[in-house]
Parts: sequence; C-alpha cells; structure tokens
Amino acid sequence: MTVETPARFSPLSGWQDRFAQLPTGLRVRELPFLTQLTLRVEPGSAAAKAVEDCLGIILPGPLRAGSPGDVEVLWTGPDEWLLVAPDGRQDDLLARLRSAIGDDFATVTDVSAQRTTLALSGPLVRTVLAQGCALDLDPRVTPAGSCLTTLLAQAPVTLVVREEEPSGVRLLVRSSFASYLATWLLDACTEYRSDTGGRGWDGR
Amino acid sequence: MQLIACPWCGEREEIEFHYGGQAHIAYPDDPYALDDEQWAQYVFFRDNPKGPFAERWVHSAGCRRWFNALRDTVTHEFLSVHDNRAERPSRTGTAPAAQHAEGQEAGR
Amino acid sequence: MNTPFRAPGHGRVDRDTTLSFTFDGTAYTGHPGDTLASALLANGVHHVADSIRYGRPRGVLAAGAEEPNALVQIEAPFPEPMLTATTVELYDGLVARGLSGRGRLSGEPDTARYDTMHAHCDLLVVGAGPAGLATTLAAARAGVRVILVDELPQPGGSLLGSQERIDGAPATRWVGTVLAELDDCADVRVLQRTTAFGHYDDGLVLALEKRTDHLGAAAPAHVSRQRIWRIRAQQVVYATGAHERPVAFDNNDRPGIMLAGSARTYLNRFGVLPGRQAVVFTTNDSAYPAALELAGAGTRIAAVIDAREEVPEHWRTACAERGIGIRAGHVVTGTSGIERVTRAHVAPFRQGRLGGRQGIGCDLLLVSGGWNPAVALFSQARGTLRYDGGIGAFVPAHAPDGVRTAGSAGGAFTLSGALADGVDAARQALSALGRTGGTIAVPTTAPLPDGAPTRVLWRVPSPQDGHDGQDGSKQFVDLQRDATVSDVLRATGAGLRSVEHVKRYTTIGTAHDQGRTSGVMASGIVAESLGVDVADLGPTRFRPPAVPVAFAALAGRNRGELFDPVRVTALHPWHVEHGALFEDVGQWKRPWYYPRAGETTDEAVLRECRAARTGVAMMDGSTLGKINVRGPDAGILLDRLYTNLMSTLKVGRIRYGVMCGVDGMVIDDGTVIRVAEEEFLLTTTTGNAAGILEWMEEWLQTEWPGLRVHLTSVTEHWVTIPLVGPRSRDVLALAAPGLDVGNDAFPFMSWQDTTVAGVPARVCRISFSGELAYEINVPAWYGITVWKALHTAGSAFGITPYGTETMHVLRAEKAYPIVGQDTDGTVTPQDLGMSWAVSKKKPDFVGKRSFTRAENRREDRKQLVALLPADEQVLLPEGAQIIATSSIPEPPVPMLGHVTSSYRSDALRRTFALALVRSGTRRIGETLYVPLDGRTVPVTVTDPVLFDKEGTRRDG
Repeated sequence: MTVETPARFSPLSGWQDRFAQLPTGLRVRELPFLTQLTLRVEPGSAAAKAVEDCLGIILPGPLRAGSPGDVEVLWTGPDEWLLVAPDGRQDDLLARLRSAIGDDFATVTDVSAQRTTLALSGPLVRTVLAQGCALDLDPRVTPAGSCLTTLLAQAPVTLVVREEEPSGVRLLVRSSFASYLATWLLDACTEYRSDTGGRGWDGR
Repeated sequence: MQLIACPWCGEREEIEFHYGGQAHIAYPDDPYALDDEQWAQYVFFRDNPKGPFAERWVHSAGCRRWFNALRDTVTHEFLSVHDNRAERPSRTGTAPAAQHAEGQEAGR
Repeated sequence: MNTPFRAPGHGRVDRDTTLSFTFDGTAYTGHPGDTLASALLANGVHHVADSIRYGRPRGVLAAGAEEPNALVQIEAPFPEPMLTATTVELYDGLVARGLSGRGRLSGEPDTARYDTMHAHCDLLVVGAGPAGLATTLAAARAGVRVILVDELPQPGGSLLGSQERIDGAPATRWVGTVLAELDDCADVRVLQRTTAFGHYDDGLVLALEKRTDHLGAAAPAHVSRQRIWRIRAQQVVYATGAHERPVAFDNNDRPGIMLAGSARTYLNRFGVLPGRQAVVFTTNDSAYPAALELAGAGTRIAAVIDAREEVPEHWRTACAERGIGIRAGHVVTGTSGIERVTRAHVAPFRQGRLGGRQGIGCDLLLVSGGWNPAVALFSQARGTLRYDGGIGAFVPAHAPDGVRTAGSAGGAFTLSGALADGVDAARQALSALGRTGGTIAVPTTAPLPDGAPTRVLWRVPSPQDGHDGQDGSKQFVDLQRDATVSDVLRATGAGLRSVEHVKRYTTIGTAHDQGRTSGVMASGIVAESLGVDVADLGPTRFRPPAVPVAFAALAGRNRGELFDPVRVTALHPWHVEHGALFEDVGQWKRPWYYPRAGETTDEAVLRECRAARTGVAMMDGSTLGKINVRGPDAGILLDRLYTNLMSTLKVGRIRYGVMCGVDGMVIDDGTVIRVAEEEFLLTTTTGNAAGILEWMEEWLQTEWPGLRVHLTSVTEHWVTIPLVGPRSRDVLALAAPGLDVGNDAFPFMSWQDTTVAGVPARVCRISFSGELAYEINVPAWYGITVWKALHTAGSAFGITPYGTETMHVLRAEKAYPIVGQDTDGTVTPQDLGMSWAVSKKKPDFVGKRSFTRAENRREDRKQLVALLPADEQVLLPEGAQIIATSSIPEPPVPMLGHVTSSYRSDALRRTFALALVRSGTRRIGETLYVPLDGRTVPVTVTDPVLFDKEGTRRDG
C-alpha cells in the first residue's frame, strides 16, 4: 500500500495556465512547498541571540523582512517571525534551532503548509495591489524590505516587498484563501489584459 | 474608515482591529471571595463614559497583539495607544494563576 | 434635424461630430461635449419631466449636480434610473425619458464591471475650477503628492461656462497651460469625471469616477464602468465652488425658468441659447454677465428685474449699451405659461409691499438669488459653518485639521479672489505638511468693477397671500419634492422650530440633489416665519453621499464569486469531482453530502449514515480549527481556559474539552492532544478557529503575560480525515501497514505518529459519531494523496465519503452538541449534561465562578434533551417552539424551549430532535407539543443520547 514518493499538491498547483495568461505587466507564480516556521522569542533575549547565531541572521524589527538568504526572516509580531527557507528544510532547521535554543524559552513550529507564497513582479504590481490593499505601497512609504501583515481584498496576507526584484512583491496567504486571492488577482488584471506599460486603459 | 495606530504596526484601517472593551479590568484575585453581586460586577458591568475611555484593542489582521488605548467616546479620536506589555509587568500572581499550582498538584 | 437653439461661435462642443439620441420617444441630435440637458435645450426642449406630487411640467433649472428637476431614466444602452440630465454626458444611441421623481430599477443583471482603487496623497484637491487648479499647481511645484478630482469631463470648472480672461487671454488657455504642467508631474494625479461624495475619518475621501458611462454602447466591457476611489489624504482642499440659489415666487417652477449662472454655462460651455427672449430677475451682480453674454449671443433681454434699489454704475452702463432696461427695486411676483413660461409678472417691491404688477413676455426667465458656497463635503469633514448676512449663505467658519476650502466654496466669489484663495490654500496645506516652496504668482485677471452687495431675498410675497401673509402654495422651495413655501409655513405653524424637523416634515432637501437649491432658502423662510435669525437656525446637516452613488459601484468587485472569500480545503477538488453538494460554514465550503444519481437528499444522507454505522466512511474534517500550544506553561494555560483538567494529560493521549466564557456559558469545544511534555494541539469548531485563538491570546497577553507559552494557528497546515465505522480499523491497517491498530496498542483517545500511504501522519483515535473511528492528519500538501489512498484501501469495504449532514446526524444520535447550534451563549456545560467535562479538582478556571451564580443553579434552566415525535416520520423544523399543551393557548403562549437540531436517523429508523427545554432533564418521559403548520405535534422527551448509550461501538 505504501507509495514510494507520495505526490503532493500546493494550493495553487492548478493555476499556472491562468497565471500565464496575465497581462505582461504582471507576472504571478506560486512558490510552492517553501519551508515556513513560526519563531516565537523575546527580542534581545539569550534565546533570540542563539537563534540569530544559529541562522547567521539578525531578526528584523517591526514591519521589516531580513535580507533574503538561505533563510528569509519575516517580522510578523513583536516576538514573532516567520522563517522561510527552500523546500524540505523544516526538519533540519527545527532540529538546529531547538538545539540552539536549548533550555531557554523560545518556540519554533512548522507551519509550512499553512500558507502558500505568490511571487508578483512587473510594472503593474502596485496598481493591482492598490485595488485591494488600503496601505500606501508607494516605494517611498513602503520600501524594499517592508513586511506588512494586513488585508488584501478580503484575505489576510503578509506582503513582502523584495529588495532584489524591481517591483517584486511576495504575498503569503493562508492555503484556504489562496484560490480566492488568485481569483481576485486575475480579476483585478482584467482591465490590463492587452496592456504592456503598466497603465490602465485610460493611460493611468 | 478610521485609522488606528497599532503600537507595533502603525496606522491601519479599523477593520484590521477587534475591540476588547474597557481596559484595566483585571481578573479578580480570588473570585470565590466575591459574592454574586461583586462577581457580576466583574462579569457584566463596564463603565460607559462620555469622553476619554481606556480600552483594549487587538490588531487581529496584523500582529495579533492586544494593546490599550485611550479613546474619546464623543469624537472617536484615539488620544493615545500603549503596548500593554510595556505598561504592565508580568502578573503571574493573578488568580487563577496563583491557585493553579495547587490545582495541578491536586490533579497529579 | 436641426438644433435651433445652438448659438454660433459659442461653446466647447464638437460640432463636427453629430450624436443621435432619443428622449421621451423623439429622436434628437447633439454633439460630443453636450450633456443630455444641453442637447435637449439646443433642440428647444425645456419640459423634461412632470413633478411628482402635482404633475406640473418642469424644465431644466440648472447645469450641474444641483439640478432639482431634470431627472431621467436611461433605457439604453444600459438601464439606469434617476440620473440628472445635467450630468449625463451625451453619447450616440442614448435613449432616455423624463421621470416624475421615481425611477425603476432594471430587472436585468448589470453586467458592467465596477471596481475600487486605493490612493494616498499629501494633498487632495476637490474641484478643478480656478481655485482648485491654482492650489494644485502650487502644491505640485512643491513636489508633494497631489490628487485632483473633478466632476466634469474636463478641467476648468466655472471657467468653462464663462467668458473670463486670465493673464490677458481666455481663461481656458490658462487651464490648458496648468494641465500641461500637471501632466508632467509624476506625483500629480488628475481624475476627471470623478465626484468626491464622502469625507470620512482621518482624511479618507471617497470619490466616484465615471469611467465609461460617457461611451455608451462603445464602452469596453473589460474596463470598469465606475470606480470608487478611496483616497487617504493628509490634507484636503475643497475647491468645490458655489451653487446659485433661486428666489421663491408664484409659479416659479415652469419650464423656461432657469438659474442665471446656468444659462451662462449653457451658452459658453455648450453653445446653447436657452431662450429667445429673457427676463432676468436678480438680487445681486452675478446675473449681469449672464444677461450681457446672452444678449451678445442673440437672446433678447426684455428686462433685468433687480430687487435692489441701487444697481452699480458699471452694469447700468453695460446694459444701456446693449439696450437692456433695468428695473431696480422690482421683483418677479409670478409667471404665466404651462409647458413653458410665457410671461413674467413684475412689480415694485419697497418696504415689504408690492406695487402694481405688469407682465413681460418671455420664453426664458433667469433667476439669481445669490450663491451658496458648496460646503457639503467641508461640513461632512466636521468643518463648522457660519451665516454670512452679506451674501445670505452659510460659509466655512472653523476648519478641522487638514481640511480647508478654496475659492467660492469659501465665499471668494470673484475670479481674482478665487485664484488668490487657491494659492493661499496651497500655501497653508504645504505649511501643515511641513513643506516649503510651491508658491506661484496669482494669475492676473481683469480689474473688477465696483459692485453692490446682494439683497438677501428668500421669497417674494405672493399676490395671493392672505392678510396674514400665509399662502405660497405655488411658491416652490424644493422642486423635486414639490414642497412649497406654504408647506414650510405649515411646518412652522405646527410648532416645528428646527430646520431638521422642518426638513423631515416637508421632505425639503431629501431628494437626489440633497437640497442644493432649496436648503438655504428653506432655512431663510423658516427664519422669517419664526422671526429669528437664520444664523441661529443653521442649515440642515450634510451627510454622505453628497451625490447619488449606485450600490453596484459601492460593491465594486465584491460580487459573484468574490462577494465573500470562499475558503476551501486541500481536498476540495476531489469533492467537486465526486459530485459533492456544498454547505457554507462561515467562509468555508464544506461537502454537505455526495448524492448518487437519482438520490434525494434524505436518501443520500441515510445511505452515508448507514455506511458509517455498519461499514466504513470518511469525511473532510480539515476545517476544524487547530492551535498549537507550546511552552513550559502550556498545561497551566489550558487548565485555566478549559473546564477540564488538561495538564494531567499524558503525552500520547487525547482529551475532550469545553471552554466557557467568564459568565460560565459554553463558547467552544474540541479535543486536546498532548504532543509532548511542553506541546499540545487543540481543535476548535470550524467557525470559531480565529475567535478562540484570539480569546486565548487575550488571556495570555493581557492577564497572564508571564506564562511561558506560545499559541500558533496550524489550521491549514493539516488535512484532517476522519475514518469512521466498524471497518475503519481494517482500512487503516491497509493504508498504514506499519501501525499496530489493535485496540490495546492504539486505544481510544490516544494518538500515534505513523506513515499513512507513505506520508508521515498523526493518527488520533477519537470519535464524533460513537463508532470506532480514526482521524488522520497529514500536512495539507499530501491531503489528496492520502485521501485517495484511504478511499482505495476502503473500496473493498464499500468506503463511503460523507458530508456535514451525515456528520450532524451521527453526532446528534450520540447527543454530541454543536456549539452555536445546540448552544447560543446562554448554555452551561451542565445544561448540556456535560458535568463530566467540568473539573472538580481545579480550584478555578474561566467560567467556574459563574456556575454557582443563582441563575445558573436554577433547576428550571433549559437543558439539552432529545425529542421523539409520536409520528416517526415527522421532521421537526429546527427552531420550532415547544409548548406543554396539545392545543395552542391564548397568547402569550408559555414557551418551554426550542428544537436545536432535527434529523432523520437511519440507525433509529425514525426522526428525532435535540432541544433545549426548560427543566428538560426532569421532564424526561413527558409528552410535550410542537406547533407546526396549524396543528401541534406530540413529542416524547427523552435522554439526549439515543444511540448506543453504553458506548459499546467505540472500540469496534
């Protein structure tokens, strides 16, 4: 009965074709199966230091994401971060972190399948997001490295503005909301479907 | 759509928040030392002032943190917000915490 | 088709292009740049509708959103009720008809797109007239982020409707220069056809952009027809202009009676002459340019009737040059004509007395009673107003932080004043933003002639007035509502003293136009009637929306499949493929049942129930809330929040738990598994997942922040598959060959980590049905694979997928309550017969103290029982009331309780119900009655557990 390599499916695994038909001003792809761990630790504590040393990172402050590296660290609350790493790293990271934390008080919980990640890029990103996000996404207000947990349309999301991609945004969305959000994004692009310059039909 | 300044996340629209009622209503040290009327005061009765009111809010759609705020109930203006962790030291002595150790012993 | 009232050499319409439209069944033509109203006037059509109460013919009074009369229903290309002809841009193929006050919603679905856009700026400027443009330009030069919204298709505002000059050239040339510069500013966004309609908290202004309405049938389907802009602005400048107000006199509502400034707009913006022969009735200087410009375009001005004794020399001279006679100290007392005004009745009016009347023939009567600053949005923003007796209008007094007016919205009625005020508003806004720079030179305008003040005149006495002056039954105040001076006087005569009360008594100001032409006039007439100062009465309150906004626009894209988020589990595609019908549980779509071809709902559910009780069945339980509780004090926290003792739970074991509020009422239930010494995983009901996490965080963060424990939602990390029924063990053994599924190795209320279908899984032996059952949890990515493997493994046993309906039946047969269905926030664990889940050992937990409140100790509380209808086929409706007698007594009928759950049971071969019944436990064995369809159904009260009370089936 045992399957050798059991098949797995991400929440938006069937959406590639629809994403491919988006206007050229917006590229959307799902980054499936990323390792995601919730880290809870008091900032500045010995345990926090142990985590930072273990991962070779600095835990970013409020509304910030650490520089993307092997493990990307997203601030989600005053004593809470989401650690994001490539597929399949959860067991290794959990073991290393728990070992580093030792008897101090800090917790790490595997939440890899709790959310999926959408990578958005292109000149239309901010325009499309502005249809459903009440926050000011102007780069002068929300620069690269920002990490905002908020609402996009009616879905809770964590929105990360990436350093390395022009107009690159990552959206972390709970798996059950993923198809709603994908539907919303596709619908939000309706107006720009024949557009290349990141402007609406009337030039805005 | 009012903006509420989360102590951690800054100004966000009010739909990101849930209201938690009057602030500084501590769980009684010993509920069993209170008669029914005193207990009912804790459970059911809250102030309803016209003017500044100390309240609790939680940034549900953001950092999930509870915080205290002083809000004018006439204008709805938030006069101040505070991170309640900074404001209040740990209260491990509060019941039922204090009694808990005993209960746990009994349980074992 | 000719358009006889088009004035050569005037207007900004595109005469090279002709548009066809139909109004009230007649075909007409117009040009791009026309409104429906201007095109009708160009065709000589003044009578556009009949009034709502009296059926009186009504014409076009104004040229913009203040229009009270010219309501139309658009029939094609898309039906839309209740638009003002003065704001509908003309397009080819438009079909419309006039409305008597009430429109008709289309029966067809509106297939157009509507959407919403958020925007942020340092400065929002509302209105692209001279003041707003000056403000915007100055701010743009300072480099701040500016949004300029304007309701017209093109910028310029009042300049479009005048012959003013700026910097020595036609003013519209200056407008073009400004726009060209703004276009080059990356941080300036200009939104035409966009009307701000609401000012809300913290600088949030909502505006409606009409993006494709003006394209008619040519509107592209993929572009939103209208868009709501949610603009969050640090600073707001309302350069919203002013609205001219009429004066009340007898029969002041006939077609052909028009505001003087609006006639000027029709001439200069649209190239339309509203009449051949006009009488101009004014109380101020502003009607003179209208009279002169119309005269210059070919309208014969029969007379200017000026209520003032003194007319400035400048206007006297200019009129004399045109051969226009002025009658100072005179008023219009009434009119003649039916379909169109034919005559104005004029009389001297001195010391409050009318002299002898004289008729002057005309087909156009222009009226100007002065100007009201458009302060609706400023007032919504909580700016205060004061009465300015010099102009007879309410003007801004105290501006709230971040809000100000510019131009005639603030009472600066002259062009030079408006421009200077606009520059000044920018300076103040920039200063508030902490920015410098951005000054522009105030553009130069022609020197103003010496003027004379407005004579404030609300109404002309009616020649019909009785000795008490109480008539005015033909003097209309609110033309849309057909409300007259006599209605106002009736209101004050009835003792009303507040303009808010008079508004509601007379309905003045409650129509689509929000009383723009009638509100201040009504205040003035009330003040005169009561002998009080208008300043003390004030205007009525301004509320959003300032202009009518369609619900479709407000809904935006939140309709259809995006109306509310649809949350789905990882197994959803399988459910869809296998024909499940879905039930909405909160935002979740959960399989309700899986009908086979030809099956009714009842048949499908009975079949699914039978499978679970006699064979094996499986369901998707992934929506259960799951919270990971981790840390040294995890057990302490759970002990305080559950009624049960959780800290004693051994690793590897599971306990059912109930949570109560401090009032002792059940708020949630679920299972708690101890994963490790310092780690628990608890489940919540589907609809309560977020609420219970918030509740737990509330206690942890605010009451016991010293506890070393962290809470993490893992609801969607796991797919949860209950595998239920006597053969579930066999199926699990096949799917998890490495697991010892024997009852001793894997007893009830324990869990094991194992591999199911090759996937690391956590299997819990818990049962929500009373049957032998397992709950298989795997990371959600593997959900489908494991579900399919279980389905395959179970095929030899006839495994049956089941939905929420079957789950409900199975649990109800065992009297397992659903929080929120069998409870309603007034039910204690004891009421549910769950004293066994309430720890006697713990000295305290949330809710415990309330259990001993007198109310909660009453023996006649409502308690959970089962009801068995005497007729085994009768299905009681959930929510049905329960009474003691077989006939319904006279009201008030004593109600004993209500049915909370009701089903057909395959296992019991009959219907049954759960109910909350007063003193229910004591009534077991009694017969009670449920009124149903005009009769009463006898039911027997029984212990709530109807199936396998001894629990023999649990271990298979």
